[in-house]
Amino acid sequence: MRLGRRDFLQLLSIAAAGNFFAPGAIQAAWGSDKDPYDIPAFGNVTLLHMTDSHAQLLPVWWREPDTNIGVGSVLNQTPHLCGKWMLDYYKVNHGKRNEYSFSCLDFATLAHQYGKIGGYAHIATLVKRYRQQLGAERTLLLDGGDTWQGSATSLWTKGEDMVGAQNLLGVDDFVGHWEFTFGQKQVEYLIKNKLKANFLAQNVFSNTWQEPVFKPYHIHEISGRRIAVIGQAFPFTPIANPAYLIPDWGFGIHTENMQKMVDKCRQDEHADVVVVLSHNGADVDKKMASLVKGIDIILGGHTHDIMGPKPFQVGKTLIINSSTNGKILARFDLDVGKGQLKGWRFHYLPVFSNLIPADPQMEQYIAGVRKPYLEKLQQPLATTGSLLYRRDNFNGTFDQLLCDALRQEMDCEASFSPGFRWGYCKLPGETITMEDVMGQTAITYPQVTVNEYTGEQIKNIMEQVADNIFNPNPYYQQGGDMIRVGNIQYHFNPDEKIYHRISNLQIGGKLVQANKKYKVAGWAAMQPVEGKPVWEVFAAWLQHQKHVEVDKVNLPILNADMRNNHGIAFPKSYGL
Amino acid sequence: MKKVQRRQFLGTSATAVAVAAVAGSSLLRAGSAIAGNVAGWPAKAFDAKTLDQAMTDSIGKTNIPVSAKVILKAPTIAENGGSVPVTIEVDSPMTADDYISTVWLFVDHNPTPLASQFNFTPACGKAYIQERIKMAKTDNVRVVAKTNKGELMASAPKEVKVTIGGCGG
Repeated sequence: MRLGRRDFLQLLSIAAAGNFFAPGAIQAAWGSDKDPYDIPAFGNVTLLHMTDSHAQLLPVWWREPDTNIGVGSVLNQTPHLCGKWMLDYYKVNHGKRNEYSFSCLDFATLAHQYGKIGGYAHIATLVKRYRQQLGAERTLLLDGGDTWQGSATSLWTKGEDMVGAQNLLGVDDFVGHWEFTFGQKQVEYLIKNKLKANFLAQNVFSNTWQEPVFKPYHIHEISGRRIAVIGQAFPFTPIANPAYLIPDWGFGIHTENMQKMVDKCRQDEHADVVVVLSHNGADVDKKMASLVKGIDIILGGHTHDIMGPKPFQVGKTLIINSSTNGKILARFDLDVGKGQLKGWRFHYLPVFSNLIPADPQMEQYIAGVRKPYLEKLQQPLATTGSLLYRRDNFNGTFDQLLCDALRQEMDCEASFSPGFRWGYCKLPGETITMEDVMGQTAITYPQVTVNEYTGEQIKNIMEQVADNIFNPNPYYQQGGDMIRVGNIQYHFNPDEKIYHRISNLQIGGKLVQANKKYKVAGWAAMQPVEGKPVWEVFAAWLQHQKHVEVDKVNLPILNADMRNNHGIAFPKSYGL
Repeated sequence: MKKVQRRQFLGTSATAVAVAAVAGSSLLRAGSAIAGNVAGWPAKAFDAKTLDQAMTDSIGKTNIPVSAKVILKAPTIAENGGSVPVTIEVDSPMTADDYISTVWLFVDHNPTPLASQFNFTPACGKAYIQERIKMAKTDNVRVVAKTNKGELMASAPKEVKVTIGGCGG
């Protein structure tokens, strides 16, 4: 095997990361004076990346999925690795802290041991520390979007509480997805009047003139070098979220325009390094990197994946994805030469809130944001005996409760709930508060509806959603998870084509008939509809229950081939 | 940003002037009385119900070699199946003795697959079109271009997915 200079540098950096997370260091860091966040300086430019915080100002519980199936070219490739497969791939040891950081294994037990992740006050401490260590002038903080949505306070302040937190944190560049669901006017208002960061998007155009709506890139001058950051908004915003909220804005991947922007940055702007701050999702980033030449680094988000602790490489492009809910702060130390990236070190840092002291200024800001709403946020609704989580390709336990609540409160035989990837966890024994319910439901189109669907329509809906996740061509993937179902049972083959993935579809244990009508409750419609907000329905049901346990989850039976898919941590739960 | 707007506006208007009659016609239902009354209206091709028939009636053949000169841009997933933005550009000098004379756009399984036909002259300067088309369902979009010498070349078909959406990240 021949090693180029670049390969050699990469190996070095892997070794560096390896040492940082080596068994001795980790164990020593826990309760000893060895500090796991102490990283020696390297190079002349540092990029700090966080993404998809989903407005979680405070630390939360976050469990990695046990199911994240990859099909086609991404079969068994990172990030489609769950449980032990993820740890094996990254060659990190199976020590408990790595299990807690990068897998779903033994989550409820390890959570008690290691504590909550993220929290803006804890992230702020880390960011300040690195700015101080390396020099603020050589450090950029890049936020990959989905920052303004996901909590009660962000919904009630229309994203403004998060803009305040971003400004305090000192975010330099920012891209968007859920931000757009506050509507065109509010997005424009916050960007123009409140947000200090650059809001970048090379792939959003006005529907009338096909003009760029936002600044496509920003050039930062650092250490005498020119760093280009090109923004990539979530390409399918008006499809995955209601288009009526952003009627004048068209999206798309716009690979050709990305190439144009890269060339422009290099040739006209004399950029020495080109970084894409992306909300494409991991698989779309990989495909884009294979089609566009000249991108050094893609800092990815949207799919909430663990795609560290080593960058994934496509051609000469390094790609990462930095999880969600403030769990990961990624640090790229770059040695930028004239017109080229000469070397790098990469550090993928889980933000353990117990280990990092809160930044007092941010802590005070967060308390101020929450104060007017505190009573409502802390309203207890029910206790849970089960671990509640959402993130998984199919029903999570929290979604199962939500689907059951919709069905019972709306008097329906079946229910649907969207396959969102945000929504934090609750541990067994904890109390579910109104804030927790909002943490699963806080969107700007929350109305609950009851629909009379024929069996054929139900299958059609499920097949179409499935194809948005399991299409083998990443450019047809939207990055959510499979639609959540209440009292619907089915067999599922992710490798099939659209309209052939689902078979043996049943409601209440009886085969669904194509022409028969069924009453189905759901929420988050793509068109404007009338209805109660979903959090009211969910909260009322929880209050009535007082205590909840999830005994049965409406998971599909998967085809036998899936037994060996590394995106499944617990094959038994799918009848495998 | 102003520059882009002006350039794009001039670009589209230049081609639109030359092909106004036909460009407009793509917005009409092929079978409508108004369209039928336009002299030279290729009613048969616009009324054809299958791709093969529509290609036979418009071009005279169905098997056209794909050329890298015909560039078709369309979204992978439509934001609105009722209005899918499509950009067509054919690489041609557009001189008096070498230019693109006609461009056809097909949607394989639309009720009437021929979506539009554009006629060009060298004065157009560029064989460039931006338009919006209606698509019934997930389908292939394809373009055929003809030079003044009768040479035919096609774009690679491009799949545009029309989906219910929702459930995003």
